[in-house]
Parts: sequence; C-alpha cells; structure tokens
Amino acid sequence: MIWLTWRQFRGQAWVASATLVVMAVALTLTGLHLGHMFGISGIATCHTRGDCASVSTTFINQVQANSTYKVFNTGMVILYGAPALIGIFWGAPLVSREFEAGTFRLAWNQSVTRTRWLAAKLALLGLAAIVTTGLLSLMLSWWASPIYRAAALADGSNGGAGPNHLDPLLFGASGIAPVGYAAFAFALGVTLGALIRRTIPAMAATLAVFAAALLTMSLWIRPRLVTPAHMISALNPANIDGVNIQAGGRMLLTAAVSKPSGLVVSSQIIDTSGRVFTGPPTQACESATASFQACSASIARLNLRQLVSYQPASRYWMFQWYETAIFLGLGLALAAFCFWWIGRRRLS
Amino acid sequence: MTILETRALGKRYRHRWALTGCTLSIPAGHVVGLVGPNGAGKTTLLNLATGLLAPTAGTIEVLGEPPASGPAQLARVGFVAQDPPTYAGLSVADHLRLGAHLNPTWDAALARDRIDRIGLDLVQRAGKLSGGQRAQLALTLAICKQPELLILDEPIASLDPLARREFLQGLMEFTASHQASVIMSSHLMADLERVCDYLIVLVGSQVRMAGEVEDLLGTHRLLTGPRRDPCTYPADWHVLTASHTDRQTTLLVRTDSDIHDPAWAVDEVGLEDLVLAYMSQSSKAEPGPAPREEVQR
Repeated sequence: MIWLTWRQFRGQAWVASATLVVMAVALTLTGLHLGHMFGISGIATCHTRGDCASVSTTFINQVQANSTYKVFNTGMVILYGAPALIGIFWGAPLVSREFEAGTFRLAWNQSVTRTRWLAAKLALLGLAAIVTTGLLSLMLSWWASPIYRAAALADGSNGGAGPNHLDPLLFGASGIAPVGYAAFAFALGVTLGALIRRTIPAMAATLAVFAAALLTMSLWIRPRLVTPAHMISALNPANIDGVNIQAGGRMLLTAAVSKPSGLVVSSQIIDTSGRVFTGPPTQACESATASFQACSASIARLNLRQLVSYQPASRYWMFQWYETAIFLGLGLALAAFCFWWIGRRRLS
Repeated sequence: MTILETRALGKRYRHRWALTGCTLSIPAGHVVGLVGPNGAGKTTLLNLATGLLAPTAGTIEVLGEPPASGPAQLARVGFVAQDPPTYAGLSVADHLRLGAHLNPTWDAALARDRIDRIGLDLVQRAGKLSGGQRAQLALTLAICKQPELLILDEPIASLDPLARREFLQGLMEFTASHQASVIMSSHLMADLERVCDYLIVLVGSQVRMAGEVEDLLGTHRLLTGPRRDPCTYPADWHVLTASHTDRQTTLLVRTDSDIHDPAWAVDEVGLEDLVLAYMSQSSKAEPGPAPREEVQR
C-alpha cells in the first residue's frame, strides 16, 4: 500500500516540495537581511541604554517600509493557503477520484482490505500535510521572530506598534495552528470526497466548509475559548472616539483601547459605581455650539473608567495548543467517520 | 466446497429490488456463465460476491467465507469489473507493480509472460490503451494474484471479435493451469456457450434457472407432434414454451423421465434456445429448476 500511495501521490508531493524549497530560499535571503537590520538597530543592547521602546518602534517602522516585508505578507498568504490547498487537492480527490474512474473496484479487490487501503492513504498523506505546513510555519516564524521581539519591546509606547501575535489574521499563520488546520482540511476533503463522490464538487465543498470553520474559529470561538482577562483604567478622554446622544437623556460613549497587547474581546465605559455609563449627557456635549474638546473635557470630569476584556498576549501559546488540539481532534473524528463509512459497503 | 453459496439473497437500491430471493449453491471447478438481459441484476450479484456491496437480505458466502472479509479471502478471489477500470495515469508496468505490492500470491513471471504475449508496452499509460488491451491488463492483474475463483463482469462486451477470442483464450489457459473456477456474466449467450459448463439465468432480479449445462441439456426436450389437449400431457412435464399450428404442436419441455410416446418426435434442444426460452418467460411463470445440491467433484 505504501508503494501505491506514493505512486498516486508523487505529483502532489513534488509540488509541495518545490513550494517549500522556493519559500525556504526566499525567506532565507530576505531573513538574513532582516537579521542584519535587527543587528544594527541596537535592540539587542537597548536594556543597558533604556531606550528599548523607541529603537524597537524605529526598527518596526523601518521593516514595514522595506520591500522585504512583502515576503512576510506572501508567506502569510501561502501559510493560510496551504491547508486549504491540501484539503482541496490532496483530500478531496483521494476517494472521489476512485469513484469517478471506477478504480475503487480495482483497488479494493486486491489482497488488501479497504480499511488498510484507507489507513495507508490517510496516514501517509496526513503526515505529509502536517510536515509541509509545519515546515512552512517554522520558516515563517523564524523569519518574523525579530519583528515580534521588537513588537514586544515597543508595546505600550505608541499604542502597540507592529504585529501582534494574537491578531486574528496573524494568529492562524504562525505557531503550530497551521498544522491543525492542515490535518483538519485534509480529513475534511477526504470525507466530503467520499460522501459526494465527485471530485470537483468535493473540492468546492472542502474550500467552503474549511473557510467557514476557520472564520468561525477565529472570529467567534477563539476570543471566548478562555475567560478573558479584565482591566479597568481611568478613561483617557483622548481615546474617546464616539459620543452618541440619544433621546431620553442617554449618552453612549465608545473609546479606543490603548493598552493591553493582545486580543481585545470587548470594551465598555463604566461609571464610578461600576455600571455601564449611559448618561445623562453633559451640557457641553449636548450643546450644538460647544467644540468636541469641550465635550471631551466635560466627560473627563465625570471620572469614568474603561473596562477592557481581553486575551493577553502571554496566552498566545495556550491558544495555539488549544486551537491545534481542536482541529486535530476534528480531523481525527472525520478520519474515524471515513473508516466507518468505507466499511459500510454501500458503494455502487 | 462451493465457490458461491447464497440463501434468499436480496439487494435493494432505495425502493427497487435489484436482486431478490437468490438461492444458489455452485460447486468448485466450474466455469459459470451468468446470463440475463441488461438490468437483470447480474452486476449486483457479482458486486455482492466481491463484497463491493452488502446484501439487504439473505446471506452470501464465496469460497466458504463472507466476501471481502479479510486479506486472505480477498486474495482467493480475482475480479475484473465491468468496463475494466485501470488507473489512466499509471503505466502498464505500474499496474504490474501495483499487483505485486498488493498481492502476496502474485506471480511475477506469469505477469511478464502474459504482457509479452498480449504485446503491451510496459511504459504505456493505461489511459492510452485500447478497450481490448485494457481488458487484457485487468485480466492479467486478476489472474496473476492466482485466485481460486475469478469473477468477471461483462468482460468481453466491449471487445471486437478478435480481442474476444484472445481474452477467452487467456481465461481458459488460466483455468486449465490453475484449476480455478470462474463466474462470468454476459447478456449474450453466444459469448458464454463455448466456455461455460454451468449456467445461471437471471431475469427481472430473480434466478430463473441454474445448473450444469449437461444436466440442463439432458432434462429439456423439444417435442413435435399432433395437436392435442394440454391436459393430456404427463404430469412431470413442465412446458416452457408451446407453439401451435392447426394440426401440430411444438413444445419445449423440462422432464426428468424419458419420452416414450411415439406420437412425439423428440429433439435435443440447443443451449441458446433453452436460455432464450427461460429469458422470454414472463416473470409470473413458474421458476425453473431449483439449483440442486451437488456432490463435490
């Protein structure tokens, strides 16, 4: 079975290897340049001088203006694309192609049970999927490590300059989460291919379900996966970015979040008793002639506070492990379903 | 040992029964022809026998074990499916390697020998082969795992006459040299007449007739005689077809006893005519002879 699996997978394996090599070359060349920039930035010795925040911010601005940053963006696109492509081109055709061509009648009448046939395919291709995305993520993490180091030091000086690991977009293209995505997407493709039995529709369905799963996870489940941390601070009037005066003496405020580095789940303006502030509106804000500054100043006198619920950046690896475990678990469940389904023998 | 043993076997696709009440017991050593019109349930029966389908009703055993019940059972049965499937992107040599890797009983020398004689190019992709060549490649794969039973689903339907002859020749060589049994289906009796010594007629999802060709021919007679009242026919006659003119009657009769009445001119019946008679019977007609338990050869 190992031979047949390899023989049928050879083409895709070459594509994956070529992609890895191209990525490795591009990231190494630009990564060395980035390392050089980091070396002369003075960040390594900033603690002795006490100017970490400023040199880090300078470094990040330099990098983001540099053309090598495009490599990072490209790498992110590839790292998000890899699991999807693995699901579409490795997973979906695995069983559906055999049905479309009728070759399952050939494959399943050799002296190998179809359970073993499926086990060999799932294990070898699943492993290839995990290794491929794992290497991609490792390379990109190595490339971006100076930026993240600088970002951690620059944090707080100017509202969190540079990339933030828990940013919904960056989180999924770093660490070990892509490995979980790839395993899930692959198993999803195999499952949908087995159920739909048509390669092209199975590919389309794989893409749709995978994208939906990823969006649901990153926008809805991840922020609520762990009870958020809370931070209460005096409301900085400079952060107020919305004043909404409603009928019935209500005034609703929104404010930007300046502090914590991490993933902000929610932000509320509360009064001294701890309740969400809903008014009444101050005179300056209600007045049609008063300036916004006057309104801000009047709000400042209310002694309001800002309650921020957030996932601290320090929880990055905890989230990575959770998310990887969830997607690996889903992938294993789908694989188990495939074994059950293929053993049922209701096949033509 | 029986090569195929079924009891009240049935298979339903959604609301349609593709096969019902199929009870068969076929001893080893036969080349079995499975004949019937298109859509009679031949492919369903063969897919049940290879384990590609699970029965809805009844039981089936192939070589004494449930089909596809494990690697050992799979190794004992070779299967060439309808429109023989091959991997279009894999070469002839790759297919042989596939056979060698997936079958512990693979006979590599036989495989090379067969490919040489068929004249297949090892580096050619299976997708580029002609229908006849593909069928031969599929037969090679099935044969070289050295099965005890070879199951072939309409193997020669799509072949030209020359390819047909070569295909059947290869098949017969194999059965002779390996003492293997064969079950092959066709909707054309002419394909099977030359090679089969056991026949199953499947019509409208039901087994209409099953038995050794010799027995079938021995128990069926074509009678010609003066027209008379059917009530006067002997009780052990089962009349399959009857045609009448004003004065004369022609009957196709199944009977176990000899016919002594001199009024009837008795003729042997050809296999093709016999099968056609069973196939053209309406489904309400009395079913043919039940498969008899036979002594193992």
